[in-house]
Amino acid sequence: MTIDILLFGITKDIIGSERYALELEGDVTVARLKEALTSEFPQLTKLKSLLVAVNNKYGQPETNISSKDEIALIPPVSGG
Amino acid sequence: MMIKITDQILDRDQIIRSVEVNEAGGICSFIGTVRNQTANKNVLRLEFETYKEMALKELLKISDQINEKWGVLQIAIHHRTGVVNIGEDAVVIAVSAPHRKEAFEACQYAIDTLKQTVPIWKKEIFEDGEEWVSAHP
Repeated sequence: MTIDILLFGITKDIIGSERYALELEGDVTVARLKEALTSEFPQLTKLKSLLVAVNNKYGQPETNISSKDEIALIPPVSGG
Repeated sequence: MMIKITDQILDRDQIIRSVEVNEAGGICSFIGTVRNQTANKNVLRLEFETYKEMALKELLKISDQINEKWGVLQIAIHHRTGVVNIGEDAVVIAVSAPHRKEAFEACQYAIDTLKQTVPIWKKEIFEDGEEWVSAHP
């Protein structure tokens, strides 16, 4: 399936776009999505943290992802 | 509106006044301003980016947690996005409570938690480059 990923902050700079379409077969979890992205973009592994939001909530490594979910990469936040 | 993310200048007086109620014995506020240097480098301005739908939900969560934990009267949290210049307010938080202890604790909790959980990103613009804050270890 194709997973459309929203990108913000430094992840937008690393991947070079505001969205990224990732192709993955079979069952997809947050952990699998991160694995696929970090192997494609190794610079992501240098970040202090990298979380994945599923439908506006922080996902756990085992959280399942479907192609209908809104997915976003969350690099270290720095508001305030 | 008690929770807000905006690209407009924050009116700190209006935000603080918005939490005034007759039951309040104190109002505590935190104002995060843009300073002109970091680690001895001159900062020209900041640029904030946000994942707005999620950021608003996380801010509401903070507001709910504070209500549950301290039973404060009113909470206002306003955060800027886009370009924020030196001396401008990046964030204004105000909390009213019957007594000062709750107001102080709730206000500190709000800014500390905001910095940890709310998807807002700050880029520092220097004379000779730019950097996303806290991105790397």
